[in-house]
Amino acid sequence: MADNAASVRLARCAKTFPDGTRALLPLDLEIATGETLVFLGPSGCGKTTLLRIIAGLAEPDAGGHVWFAADDVTTLPIERRNVGMVFQSYALFPNMTVAENIAYGLKVRRVDARERRQQASRLLDMMHLAGLGDRRVDQLSGGQRQRVALARALAVKPRVLLLDEPLTALDAKLRESLRVDIDQLLRSLGVTTVYVTHDQGEAMALGDRVAVMSQGRVEQIGTPQQIYYRPESAFVADFIGTMNRLTGTCTDGLLRVQGGALRLPVARATSDHAMFRPQDARIVEPDAGALAGRIVSAFFLGSTTRVVVDLGAEQSIVVDTIERRSFRKGDAVGIDVGADALLILES
Amino acid sequence: MSRGDIRFGLLALPALTVFAAFWLLPMARLVAVGASGPRGVAAYAAIVTDANYFASLVSTVVLSVAVTFATLIVSGIAGMFLQRNEFFGRNVLVSLLTFPLAFPGVVVGFMVIMLAGRQGLIGTVTDALFGIKLVFAYSIAGLFLGYLYFSIPRVILTVMAAVEKLDRALEEAARSLGANPWQVLRDVVLPGLRPALISAGAICFATSMGAFGTAFTLATNINVLPITIYTEFTNYANFSIAAALSLVLGVITWAALAFARTLAGSTVAAAA
Amino acid sequence: MMTRASPGMKRRGPGPRFVAQLLFTVLVCAFLVVPVVLSVLAGLSENFFVGVRSGLTLRWVGQVWSMYRDSIFLSLGIAIACLAVTLVLGVPIAYVLARRPSRATRLFEELLVLPVAVPGLATALALILFYGEWRGFRASWTFILVGHVLFTLPFMARSVLAVMAAIDLATLEEAAASLGAGFAARFFGVIVPNARYGILAGALMVVTLSVGEFNITWMLHTPLTKTIPVGLADSYASMRLEIGSAYTIVFFLMIIPLLIGMQWLSRERTSSMAKRHGG
Repeated sequence: MADNAASVRLARCAKTFPDGTRALLPLDLEIATGETLVFLGPSGCGKTTLLRIIAGLAEPDAGGHVWFAADDVTTLPIERRNVGMVFQSYALFPNMTVAENIAYGLKVRRVDARERRQQASRLLDMMHLAGLGDRRVDQLSGGQRQRVALARALAVKPRVLLLDEPLTALDAKLRESLRVDIDQLLRSLGVTTVYVTHDQGEAMALGDRVAVMSQGRVEQIGTPQQIYYRPESAFVADFIGTMNRLTGTCTDGLLRVQGGALRLPVARATSDHAMFRPQDARIVEPDAGALAGRIVSAFFLGSTTRVVVDLGAEQSIVVDTIERRSFRKGDAVGIDVGADALLILES
Repeated sequence: MSRGDIRFGLLALPALTVFAAFWLLPMARLVAVGASGPRGVAAYAAIVTDANYFASLVSTVVLSVAVTFATLIVSGIAGMFLQRNEFFGRNVLVSLLTFPLAFPGVVVGFMVIMLAGRQGLIGTVTDALFGIKLVFAYSIAGLFLGYLYFSIPRVILTVMAAVEKLDRALEEAARSLGANPWQVLRDVVLPGLRPALISAGAICFATSMGAFGTAFTLATNINVLPITIYTEFTNYANFSIAAALSLVLGVITWAALAFARTLAGSTVAAAA
Repeated sequence: MMTRASPGMKRRGPGPRFVAQLLFTVLVCAFLVVPVVLSVLAGLSENFFVGVRSGLTLRWVGQVWSMYRDSIFLSLGIAIACLAVTLVLGVPIAYVLARRPSRATRLFEELLVLPVAVPGLATALALILFYGEWRGFRASWTFILVGHVLFTLPFMARSVLAVMAAIDLATLEEAAASLGAGFAARFFGVIVPNARYGILAGALMVVTLSVGEFNITWMLHTPLTKTIPVGLADSYASMRLEIGSAYTIVFFLMIIPLLIGMQWLSRERTSSMAKRHGG
C-alpha cells in the first residue's frame, strides 16, 4: 500500500464559484509522502473545496496546479488520479454486496475475479468485517459502513487517501473508538492522507500536521502541539480549545485590568491585550496573585476542575486546575499567569 | 358507530354513489354482456382463441413494447441531460418537451399527419432530396411515431424527477475508484434509476395498449385492439365480443399500472 | 412540475458529449414542436399546399368558429360543470382519505382510479350498455359529463389528498374545534383554505383533461353533443387540412393558458413550501 503513496504539492490553487463566491484563496501547500494532513475549520471555510481539488472532483482556478509526486495532475479528472476517497455519507453502492463494493475499484482496473475475491477478503479481515462480504449495504450498522467505505478506498492502493468528514455521521462514542482505529490504520499503512473535519479532537489526534482554515485561507499549518500552544492568529487561538482573553491598558510592561496587572513578555511589552490557556493560569491566595477576582462557577471534570473567575468590569477568565480543594461560588481568589504563557496576537 | 364515523361516511357518500351508479354497476353489466353472446363465457378467451383478435392483440402488444423501449431510451438520454445541465434555454426546452402532455390522441394523430402524411414535412424533404416522397403516417410506422409522440413527454418528466433524486456521491465514489463515465452509467446510475424506469415503462406500455384516439385519426387498416373493439361495437354490433375484449384489455392495462405503482408509489394518467 | 438542474463538475467549455446530448435533445424537441408549428401555419395560410407564401389569413379560423362554435361552448361548459362536480365529490373524499386511512378507504381509492387505469373505451361501453335505454339521458350532454367526471375525479382527489396528507389536519381541526368551530366552519374555514394549492392544481388538471378527453367522449357523443376533440376528429377526417389545422389552433389557444397556469402554480408551490420550511 505504501509503495504507491505519493507526495502532494499545490501551487496557487484557488477556487471561485460561478456565482462569484471565493471559496478558496490562492494557496500553496506541500504534503510529504505518507503524511496525514488534517484540514480543520468551521463549515464554509473551504476545506471540502480544497479536498475536492486534490481529489480531482473540482478544478482550481486558472494558474493553479496540483502535483502527485512528480506528476502534474491538474487537468486529470478524479478517475485517472488513482486516489481513494471516503465520503461523508460513505456512498456505498446499494446495488452491490459488501465484497463487490470493496472490489469495485479493482473490477474497473480489470483485475480478474479470483484476485478480486482474495483482495476483498484480505481487506475485510483487516477491517474486522470478516464474514460480512455477502451482506447488502443496508444491512450494516453505521460503524460497519464506515469501515467498508475505508476498505473500498484502500483496495485500489491509492496514491493519496482522502477522507471527507468520515466520522461526522456517527454518534460520539463510536466516533471516539473509530478514531483510534483509523489512527492506527493510517500509521501502519503509511499512505499519504488528507483528512477533512470540523472536530478539533479528531484533528489533533489524527494529524501529523493540522491546517486550520477560515474563509478560504489556511490560517496556520503545523503540528497539533504547535497549533495548540503557539497559535499564530486570534482565529486559530479562539478556534482551538478554550482561550482566555484580557483587554486593558499598558504601562511599564504591565497589562493593567480591573482585577490587577499582568507582566507582559519582554518582546511584546506594549500590547493592550493578552491571551492564555486555562491550564496556564494558577489559582493562589486572594492577595498573593497578579490578578484578584471572585469565583462565578466551578465544574468538576474528573481530572481537572474548570473554575470561572470574574475579574470585574465584565472580564472573566477560565482556569483549569488539578488542585483538589473545593471551589465555592463567591470565594475570593488570586490568579497568576507566567509571562511566557501569554500570547499576544493580531486580530 | 361514532359521530365522526357517520360524518366521514356522509362525506364519502356522494362520490361513492356516483361511482357505484355510473361505473360499478355498468361494469358489472358489461361483464355479463361479455358472457351473453353466442360464444357464452368463452368470449373472454376469444382474444387468444380467435385468429383475428389474437393477431390484433399481438400487434398491439408488439407496438406497445417497441414504443416503451424506444421511449425509455430517448427520454432517458434527454431527461438525464436536461436534469444534469444548466444552460441558457434549458427551461424553454423542458417546457416545450412537456407541453404535448395535454394533447389528446386525435391531435397527436394529426401531428403525425403533419410530419409524415401525404403533404407532410418528411415527404416534402425526401422529395426534395431524393425525388421520392416518403409517406408513412397511415402505416404501423406512423402509429409508432404517434405513440412515441405522446409517450416521450410523460416519461421525460418521470426520468427528470428520478435523476434529481440520485445521490451524486455514489457517482463521485465510482469515479474516485477509477470508473469512466460509461462505467459510472452502467454500474451506478442505471441501477439507481431502475425502479423509476421500470415504473415509467409500465405506464407507457399501459397507455399504448389502451390508446384509441391516435389510431382512430390515422384511420389505418392496422388493427390495434382498441380499434378492433370499436369496430366490433359500431360496425358489427357485436356487443358481447366488444364487451369481452374491452374487459380483457382493461385487465391488462390495470395490471401493468398496478405493477408500476408498486415500484413508484403513485399513478399517472393512462389515456391518449 | 419544473425541476431545477443539479449541476456537477464542469469541464472548461462544453465537451463533445455535452454537444451530442444537446443536439439529440433539441432533435427530440423538434420532433414534438415542429408539427405544432406546421399545423398553426397551415391553419393560418391561404393554401397549405402552396405554403405560407400564399398569404396569411384568419378565414379558416373564422370558418371553424362558425361551424364548430356550439362544440366549443359545449366543451367549455362541460369542463366547468366537470370541475364543479369533481370539487363537490372530490374534496370531501380527499378529506376522508386523509383523515381516515384504513383498508376500506385505501380500497376505495384504488376503485376510484379504475376509470383511469382501464381504457376509456371500456368505461364508455359500460355506460352505453347500461344507460342506453334512457333516451333522454343518453342524448344529453350530461351523459358526456358523467364520463368526464369518472375520468377526472381521481386526479382531483389525488391532488387534494397529496396536499392534505402533507399538513397535520388532525391538529388543525382540534385547534379550530377548541375555539368553538363546528364542522362546517372547520371544513370551509380551515381545511379547504389550507388545501387550496391541491384544489387549484386539481382544478387546472380537471379542466385540461376534460377539454382534451376523447376516448370516452367519442363513444358517448351524439351529433348534437359534440365536444372539441370530437370535432377535431371530424375535421381531420372530412375537412380540408387548413380547417383541421385552424380548429387545432383553437384547441391550442384553450389549452396553453391552462398549461401555463399549472406550471406557474407548481413553481409557486415550491417557493411557498421553501418559505414555510425556512428555505
